[in-house]
Amino acid sequence: PWVCWQVVWMGINIFLFVWFYLFYDLGPQFFYTRHLLGSALAWARAPAAVLNFNCLLILLPVCRNLLSLIRGSFVCCGRTMRKQLDNNLSFHKLVAYMIALMTAVHMIAHLLNVEWYNNSRQGVYDALSTALSNLEDAGNTTYLNPIRITNLDPQQIPTYFVFTTIAGLTGVIITLALILIITSSMEVIRRSYFEVFWYTHHLFIIFFAGLVFHGAGRIVRSQTTTDPPHNFTFCKDRIEDWGRIPQCPVPQFAGGFPQTWMWVIGPMVLYLCERLLRFIRYVQTIVMRPSKVLELQLQKNGFKMEVGQYVFLNCPAISQLEWHPFTMTSAPEEDFFSVHIRSAGDWTDKLIDIMQKLPEGLQSPTENTAPEMPRQMGVDGPFGTASEDVFDYEVAMLVGAGIGVTPFASILKSIWYKFKESNPKLRTRKIYFYWLCRETHAFEWFADLLQVLESEMEERGMGDFLTYKLYLTRWDQSMADHAKVHSDEDKDVVTGLRQKTYYGRPAWDKEFEQVRKENPTSVVGTFLCGPEALAEVLLKKCAKYSDVDPRKTKFYFNKENF
Amino acid sequence: MGKIEWAMWANEQALASGLILLTGGIVGVAGQFRGWQFAAYAVAAGVFVCLLEYPRSKRSKGTSVERTGQYCFTVCVKSFGPLTRNYYVRAFLHAAICVPGGFMLATVLGCVCLGIASIIYFVAAIRGEHWEPILPRKESRMPVAESIKNPPQNPPPRPPAETRRKRVDDLEDAAYDNPISVTDN
Repeated sequence: PWVCWQVVWMGINIFLFVWFYLFYDLGPQFFYTRHLLGSALAWARAPAAVLNFNCLLILLPVCRNLLSLIRGSFVCCGRTMRKQLDNNLSFHKLVAYMIALMTAVHMIAHLLNVEWYNNSRQGVYDALSTALSNLEDAGNTTYLNPIRITNLDPQQIPTYFVFTTIAGLTGVIITLALILIITSSMEVIRRSYFEVFWYTHHLFIIFFAGLVFHGAGRIVRSQTTTDPPHNFTFCKDRIEDWGRIPQCPVPQFAGGFPQTWMWVIGPMVLYLCERLLRFIRYVQTIVMRPSKVLELQLQKNGFKMEVGQYVFLNCPAISQLEWHPFTMTSAPEEDFFSVHIRSAGDWTDKLIDIMQKLPEGLQSPTENTAPEMPRQMGVDGPFGTASEDVFDYEVAMLVGAGIGVTPFASILKSIWYKFKESNPKLRTRKIYFYWLCRETHAFEWFADLLQVLESEMEERGMGDFLTYKLYLTRWDQSMADHAKVHSDEDKDVVTGLRQKTYYGRPAWDKEFEQVRKENPTSVVGTFLCGPEALAEVLLKKCAKYSDVDPRKTKFYFNKENF
Repeated sequence: MGKIEWAMWANEQALASGLILLTGGIVGVAGQFRGWQFAAYAVAAGVFVCLLEYPRSKRSKGTSVERTGQYCFTVCVKSFGPLTRNYYVRAFLHAAICVPGGFMLATVLGCVCLGIASIIYFVAAIRGEHWEPILPRKESRMPVAESIKNPPQNPPPRPPAETRRKRVDDLEDAAYDNPISVTDN
């Protein structure tokens, strides 16, 4: 489906290009213009149309709030539609490449145009060209050739022309802005120093301002109808008779009405609204988890989230510009939403630092606590498709690898809430959860969550509802020895959970066998948040262990990108 | 702040300018524009700038990402020693190269872009950056220890077979007791 959209977009581009190329290359009103410029006219105007279209598109994928609005309202239109909205950044880059390419073509064609206009003006070409170029913008004549001066060094006239016309000047400025934007958006720069990328990217304001005025000079001229009409087929060889015989009045020309603003004004307004819409709310509770993991619980009016979604967080105290994505770890049933932030770089380190320094009292505020600077955070979102399919399966196999376990916190909590409330949407009766990680460091909070769920289930006598297995895929001898020594104890030494930690990777065949044995007639949904390689393995196992007989166990692999 | 080395951005900008200068030059020559000699110069200058800027410098902090096939260029550029290492030299070089581009419309854009790259290189030079070649790391072999050459000839000493067998009935006299029950599984 993503490919489909790209094909549609490309199709529109090609259509626009060809349509406008033919319009300018065949249109009779441009006959005389073409006499001076040849096909370079069409070669300049066709990319211009494509540029109009793409400049319209480029702002849209970065209007995150608009996108989430659309996503929310398309509840009927199916998950795949909504998932396309997650490809927004790829689309933004694609459109940017097209803009760059078309700018190059447009510029080269105009270089040729200016040079040939100049030559015509200098009288280098045939008599018709010279006559056309000599038409002044005075009295009852209108000019065709926008180059009006002849008394400069001919080599410098093109440069002079470009820098003294609106179109030329704006063209150079916005192309320069575009080049700077592109060079600072190269991946190398983007990853190392986000500020340079972000600041330079704001040159797009200059780009759009210049773009809107680019056509104001109306230097693309076409022939207008005169009374009596000037038939160019007849008159083109009778230059001396123009104005003297009734069939050939002096031809009149006018510039095209600038249209770019019509294309881009809509998205510009939308983008402006988008930037004004980022709101700031106060952090409600801050909990520091072991291994430098920060849990932030935030509340926001009118915030509606679903399982597996993510938000962008911004902390003005650290950096006004940086917004970082975090998967939400709370369930929609809770009255706050939480994110778990672990130390993974500059920004997160500083955030953890700031939060740790807050005095104890502020960490659990009351209604009257005055909001202080460090506790103000910007929240943008939620984004991402909800993974609601999880609730539809009687039996669910959830596999979380590494950091991919984070959305499962949200999912598991939500399942448990729904179960307690006997929410009819929940059809799940049994969950198998597989947690794969190299080390549990930084995930102790998740182990805590599992512990809480475990004990609650025990209380209700529902110990069988959730079966989870933790696999430490990177272990060394000392860990193995430690485990061996404590093997008799009730709780696992690493996680404190009742279920023991396994070492190494899961033997999927055994796992699927076990699930099949314990659920001989159910439909099992397998969900993965982890690496591609694992996705392929699980897909194969689902196929292998699904039975053709509809009364027996069937496995469905859900390749969701949480 | 200050994690980026400005030279990184200057390098991208200069490479782009080289290409733009080259393109403008080609258009000028192919279209036989007035002042095509400047265009011809721009073609040569563009190629030169591209060759000079293609190899990325090694970052002083963090991992450097090479451009594809840049090794040969690295060797060439490295051979000029301090001329290419120092960014002041590069800044002035680019500033000088870009000037003739301003005399003709087709090459004006390349001229301005290269001028901007020159400015960024100047900033980089002020901040003390310099160009380092990215060379493949030589695998330094750990010297092989002597003992590896003479593996032991005999197996380690063990008690005789009778005492090794696990005697659950007589744990006192057994040679050792396996802490974990050993089953063959």
